[in-house]
Amino acid sequence: MARLSGVDLPKNKRGVIGLTYIYGIGKSTAKKILSQVGVNPDKKIKDWSDEEINDIRKVLLESVKTEGELKSESQMNIKRLMDIGCYRGIRHRIGLPLRGQKTKNNSRTRKGVKKTVANKKKIIK
Amino acid sequence: MTRSLKKGPFIHYKLYKKVTKRSHSIKNKKPVIKTWSRNSVISPDFVGKIIAVHNGKQFIPVSITENMVGHKLGEFSPTRIFSGHAGAKKKRK
Repeated sequence: MARLSGVDLPKNKRGVIGLTYIYGIGKSTAKKILSQVGVNPDKKIKDWSDEEINDIRKVLLESVKTEGELKSESQMNIKRLMDIGCYRGIRHRIGLPLRGQKTKNNSRTRKGVKKTVANKKKIIK
Repeated sequence: MTRSLKKGPFIHYKLYKKVTKRSHSIKNKKPVIKTWSRNSVISPDFVGKIIAVHNGKQFIPVSITENMVGHKLGEFSPTRIFSGHAGAKKKRK
């Protein structure tokens, strides 16, 4: 079993696909890593030797930001925006889209599930 | 699309003059610089200064810190103020 940066990789997948189970690694990064180490990207993960796993682990440690490290970095970026009080920071705080999208309708990704207001029409009147 | 690097960051020339001049005379009584130039980029010279940025109605004082370098002045002076929906309970602020 291959365990890299805190994630168990699926055994029966090709190396390129398997590596993408790690947060921060997509297909192209996975390809790069495998070619750097010299492992055939079509090789299944269960067929990796211990040496190869160690090599891949080394590359991950040295040159790729993954998992917690990457997550905390992006959190820090958001926190910076909120701390300096710029427009994007304010939008982050109130949970609305940052890039000038309309908010009259939709933008449900940022706003979350609809909250129904009881007797809304009465109040407006 | 990003601005061409060749041009460098845009800073209104009068604002830039004011900012760099004020630094020579620290004892100046009015350290706040008023400006309408919301699209000027904050350069490292601005750090530590207080700049009052117009939001269309009034000037909002912004004290510049290092983190703000590279942002534009207008980002710190919101032009719309949303104070909640009518009838909604006020939770904070």
